[in-house]
Amino acid sequence: MVPLSWYLTVAALLFVLGLYGVLSRRNAVAILMGVELMLNAVNINLIAFWRYTRPDNVAGLVFAIIVLTVAAAEAAVGLALFIALYRLRETVNVDEIDLLKG
Amino acid sequence: MNFLDPRILGEGWNHFLNSLGLSSGWIVLINGLVVTLILLGLGLTSVLFAVWLERKVAARVQDRLGPNRVGPYGLVQTVADALKLLTKEDITPDNAERISYNLAPGLAVFAVLMLLVVIPFGPGLVGADIDVGVLYIVAMGSVGIMAILMAGWSSNNKYALLGGFRAVAQLLSYEIPMILAMSVPVLFAGTMKMGELVERQAGFRWFGVVMPAAFFLYFLAALAENERTPFDLLEADSEIVAGYHIEYSAMKFAWFFLAFFLNTLILSAIATTLFLGGWRGPFVEQVPILGIFYFLAKSFVLVFAFMWIRATFPRLRIDQMMAFAWKVMVPTGLVLVLVAAVFAKLPVAPVVRDGLLFLVNIIILLVVAGFVGRHLRLQITRLSEA
Amino acid sequence: MVLKVVFLLISLFTVGSAFMVVTHRNLFSSALFLVASFFGVAALYVLLEATFLAVAQVLIYVGAIATLIVFAIMLTRGMMSGRTSPRNDQAVWAGLSSVVLGLVLLYVVVYRVRWPVVEKPVPPDTIERLGSALVGPYVIPFEIASVLLLAALIGAVLIAREREI
Repeated sequence: MVPLSWYLTVAALLFVLGLYGVLSRRNAVAILMGVELMLNAVNINLIAFWRYTRPDNVAGLVFAIIVLTVAAAEAAVGLALFIALYRLRETVNVDEIDLLKG
Repeated sequence: MNFLDPRILGEGWNHFLNSLGLSSGWIVLINGLVVTLILLGLGLTSVLFAVWLERKVAARVQDRLGPNRVGPYGLVQTVADALKLLTKEDITPDNAERISYNLAPGLAVFAVLMLLVVIPFGPGLVGADIDVGVLYIVAMGSVGIMAILMAGWSSNNKYALLGGFRAVAQLLSYEIPMILAMSVPVLFAGTMKMGELVERQAGFRWFGVVMPAAFFLYFLAALAENERTPFDLLEADSEIVAGYHIEYSAMKFAWFFLAFFLNTLILSAIATTLFLGGWRGPFVEQVPILGIFYFLAKSFVLVFAFMWIRATFPRLRIDQMMAFAWKVMVPTGLVLVLVAAVFAKLPVAPVVRDGLLFLVNIIILLVVAGFVGRHLRLQITRLSEA
Repeated sequence: MVLKVVFLLISLFTVGSAFMVVTHRNLFSSALFLVASFFGVAALYVLLEATFLAVAQVLIYVGAIATLIVFAIMLTRGMMSGRTSPRNDQAVWAGLSSVVLGLVLLYVVVYRVRWPVVEKPVPPDTIERLGSALVGPYVIPFEIASVLLLAALIGAVLIAREREI
């Protein structure tokens, strides 16, 4: 069987890559993609822990399903915001959206 | 007739493999490859036949003869066409996004072929009866949408892009009533295993007979999912000249064509499994091999209905199509799911329950048809007054 | 042994695609790599014997979220290529801090802690139990998630709607 730490390594790498995407991208859609990667990493961890420590308890799976739901809701609202923003300002680059600066 | 029972045949095959002295890993691998080859062969030959059938049906509706030159009744015409497509020039547009342009046709076929695995063709004859079978079907359907989007975007052509947009709008919208319709038998049977769903439809209590409204809903949504008239807006030759596959030629076009027909066959096969009792039929308990025949017969009756509708009806307008999905089909689907959930727990004899369910389904169908009809009549009077 | 090789191939594919997601200059290609990465994660779930989650992953991430992202990229198409650099001026610091965080994570969480691993098979009726758990002990999170989805649905329609001026 594959050791648990291998899964955790993959999840950590995915999380870090997602973080880099969030921090370094200018385009809001690209930032959202980074966030999705991070959520995926979290889910891998949840399922790996479920499988390796308590496979007879479905709590890990339930948690992962809730994360999935929240990710879907977040993507829908986020992308609706970007589209509204693009219509208003013709850009989705986060460093050009500084309306509050006046 | 033991010899004709696929289950016993399978046992014999496994026994033969064991006698060769192979390790269990190899046996799993060999079995997987054999099943894949059988499914591929079955799928591709059925597509050859379905293309021929489509052309013959359309010809008959339009009072023509259809293909009749190559082979008896033109049966080999499709093979000739495939060979012709293979020898044509393969064009990639200059500004196309090369990787996704070349990947999209393959992904489209892959998404459909993957579905063959969970379909029970006969008693015990299923590639892999996974316990989330129905959900798997829905998930693979959404992969197909991705392929269409990739094709539409990467062609760098505005008609292709329009086709891609329409594809997302239409396929995603119609996926929802389709999922609702599919969840009705799932709720009722209490399982997502395709094989077990067939087991639960014993004794002619097919879910399509007990719940005709759900079957009808699935059928309409499947028409839209398959991009067939009256829902073929994402191809619409006369508006956006074939939509997302406008730039594709030769073999890559043939792949999309293949995906389209495979999709027709598989949507019918899923409908047969979920609603028409799958491989069930008279004497199938005594002669299990008959199951394959019943399954294919039922599926091809549905395929024929698809083709008949395609040859008969004109295309809908895009706002009508979206309104129909969201304002008619989704609410109906929600009501049907609710009804099925209530009836599945009703403490009465199965015969009474099925009868009541049938009545309720007919009433729902009539009410929905009444609403749609009244709306259409209102529109017609408004149009004639204006 | 075979499982380990399969795992390594899948995780290489997943992490490689994720790397392309955050570094590729063309946004549309990044989105396609994101889809590939989601598929890789689904394959990892299959290896972890969580078939329901694997299928749900394909359905929700590939079918819904990735499609939405591609759709948003198409609608905000002015940003696509050339005009602006896809990276901002803090990219170097972002990279550095990500690498540092990654090393810390790998060292502390993965190799320092002894996880209490048990070798137990997954019960065959996991899906039934998951279903009853969602409407049993976890009914409140489940209902809150559904309310959240409804709110997101209405909110998204309201925000993205074209207002008549």
